[in-house]
Amino acid sequence: MKNHHPTALQAEGIDKFFFNPTKTQVLKKISFEVKQGEFVSVVGKSGCGKSTLLYILSTMDTDYQGKLHLDGELITGKPRNYLAHLRNEKIGFVFQFHYLLNEFSVLENIMIPGLKLGKYSREELEYRAMEKLRIFEMEEHALKKANQLSGGQKQRVAIARALINDPLLIMGDEPTGNLDKKNSDIVFNKFKELAQEFKQTMLVVTHDQEFAEGTDRIIEMEDGRVIRQ
Amino acid sequence: MKWSLIFELSKALMLARFKQTAVAATGVMFSITMFVTLLGFMNGLNSMLDGLVLNRTPHIRFYNEIKPNPNQPVDITDEFQNTWNIIRSIKPSTSRLAIYNSEQIIQNLENDSRVLGVSPKVSAQVFFNVGTIDLTGIVSGIDVEKEAQLFAFTDYVTAGNYEELNQTNTIILGKGLADRMLTGIGDVIQITTAQGNKMQVRVVGYYQSGLGDYDNSNSFASIGTVQKMLGEPPSYVTDIQVKLHNLDLAPSMARELEKIYNIDADDIQTVNAQFETGTNIRTLISYAVGITLLVVSGFGIYNILNMMIYEKLDTIAILKAIGFNGSDVNRIFITIALSIGVIGGGIGLVFGYFACLGIDQIPFETEALPTIKTFPVDYNPKYYFIGASFSLITTYLAGFFPARKASGVDPVDIIRGK
Repeated sequence: MKNHHPTALQAEGIDKFFFNPTKTQVLKKISFEVKQGEFVSVVGKSGCGKSTLLYILSTMDTDYQGKLHLDGELITGKPRNYLAHLRNEKIGFVFQFHYLLNEFSVLENIMIPGLKLGKYSREELEYRAMEKLRIFEMEEHALKKANQLSGGQKQRVAIARALINDPLLIMGDEPTGNLDKKNSDIVFNKFKELAQEFKQTMLVVTHDQEFAEGTDRIIEMEDGRVIRQ
Repeated sequence: MKWSLIFELSKALMLARFKQTAVAATGVMFSITMFVTLLGFMNGLNSMLDGLVLNRTPHIRFYNEIKPNPNQPVDITDEFQNTWNIIRSIKPSTSRLAIYNSEQIIQNLENDSRVLGVSPKVSAQVFFNVGTIDLTGIVSGIDVEKEAQLFAFTDYVTAGNYEELNQTNTIILGKGLADRMLTGIGDVIQITTAQGNKMQVRVVGYYQSGLGDYDNSNSFASIGTVQKMLGEPPSYVTDIQVKLHNLDLAPSMARELEKIYNIDADDIQTVNAQFETGTNIRTLISYAVGITLLVVSGFGIYNILNMMIYEKLDTIAILKAIGFNGSDVNRIFITIALSIGVIGGGIGLVFGYFACLGIDQIPFETEALPTIKTFPVDYNPKYYFIGASFSLITTYLAGFFPARKASGVDPVDIIRGK
C-alpha cells in the first residue's frame, strides 16, 4: 500500500567526514527513503551520527557526499539561499531545546515562518496559527511571551510552528529528549495524532525506545551505518 | 523578502536589548549634537570675522594707481628699439587720481547683469585740526544710500543718524578718531585738505568697524561734501566700488574690465586671500572634530551590535533553520544599525539646534564689535544635512561587519553545540 505513495525524501549513499581534529568518517553510505504520510524514527546510540544525518537531510549542512532528493527534486549542490527557501516552504523543524524566539509572543513565533514565506496575508496567518494552537490545546497562551511557558508547552508551540506552512516533512531532533515523562507523553501523542489524523510525513531522531516503537518504521543506525530499516 | 517582517524582527531585537540600544543611540545623538553645534558656532564666528572685512570690501574696486609710466619715451623711440635701455630714478608721472569718464563707466556697470550694485567714492587725505594739533586722517565721500545697501554701512554707525550725512558739511567720524578729538555729536570741527583748503563740518555720528586702526583714521561724508572740500567738480570720483551677484566671478571680471576701461581693478579674492585661508582651516578643524566624534560613536555601535549578535546566536540560528537566508539576517542587523543612526541622529539634530539657540542667547559684547550682542551662530541647513548623512554613513559602516558576521552564522554549529 505504502509503496504507491510518492517519495518525500530520498537519501542516496550519503558520506560525511569530520576534519577536526582528524579526518573521521561519521556517515558511511547512508541510503533510505521516506514515503509521504510515513512516520519514521531514526534510533541509535549517541555518537552514531544520527543527528549529523538529520542536519544533512534538513539541508542546513551542505558539506557531504552523495545525493539527496526532496519531493522528487535533487537538492544536492543547490545554492544556500534556495535551500533556505526550501526549508521555509517544505520542512518544519522541532529541536530538542524548543528554540522559540523569546522576543516574540507565542502567536508571533508560530506566524514568523509563514510571514517569511509570504503565501498568506497576516490576518490569514493569524487565523491559521490559532488553529494550530488549538490542535495543541495552547490557544489560551497565544499572547504570552515564549519564555513564560514551561518546557512541554514550548515544545508544543515549536511543533505548531513547524506546521504553519503545511510542510511536506517535519523533522524532529530528539523532540522529547529534554522533557519529563508526562510532557514527553503529551508531545509523543501529538506526533501520533499528526501522523494518524493529518497524514503528516515525519522523520524523528530519538533515543527514546518507547517513542520509536510508536512510529510506523524504525531506521536503526550504528557507527555511521544504517543497520536495519 | 518582505521588509515589514525585517523591521518587525529588528524592532524586537532592539527592544530586547533596549538599554544597550539606547546607549548606542545616545552616543550617536551626542556626537551629532556636538557636530551641529560646533559647526554652527564655528561658522557663525567665521562669518562674523569675515564679515568684519568682507562685508565692507567691494568685490571689485576700480581706481587709478599712482605709478611710474610703464612706457617710457626711450622705449618708444625708434632709435633705441634694439638696445638695452636702463633708466635710473624713474618717478611716477603726474596722473590724476580721479577716474576718467566715471559717469559712463558707472552706467555701463549698472547695466551689466552680473553686477548687484555700484557705488562711487571719493577718498581724500585730510588733517583734522584740534587746537594746535593736526591729526591725519582720511575722509571717504560716499553715496550714503548705496553704501548702506551694498556694504552694510548702517551696521557700523553706532551713534547718531546716518541719514543726516546726506546734508552738506556733515561728517561721521571713526570712534577712535572722535575719542581723540574729544568731539561729541553736533559739534563742528575743522578739516584741512592736503591741498590746503579749510572747511567746517558738523559731526552727525560715530562709526565703529571693530578694527581699531581703521576707526582711528577714517571718517565718512557725502560724496558732494568731499568734492566741495577738494574743490573738484561733481564728476570727480576716485574709486568705483562694485558688488557682484556671484563673488567667485570677481577675479575674471576685474581682469576683463581693467582692459576695457584702462584703469586699475582689484578683486576681493586677491586682496583678502588670507581671510579665505583662515576660514578654510577653521572649517576643516571643526569638521575633523565632528567626524572624530562620530567615528567614536560608530565604534560604540560596532561593539554593541557585536555583543548583541553573540547573545542572539540562538535566535539567528533558529531564523536560519526556519528558512531565513544569510542576506535576510544581514538586513536585520543593518536595519538595527541604521535605526540607531536615524533615531540618535534625528534627536541629535534637534538637540544640536537647541544648543545653537542656547549659544545664540549668551551675551557677547565687545568694544571691537558694536553690532554683535550675543555669540553668533550659523543656522545653515547644510550642517544639519551633513550631520544627518554622516550619522547614517557611520552607523551603516558600524553595522556592516557585525551584520556580515551574523549572516555567516552556521545554524548547525549553534544547534549542535547545545
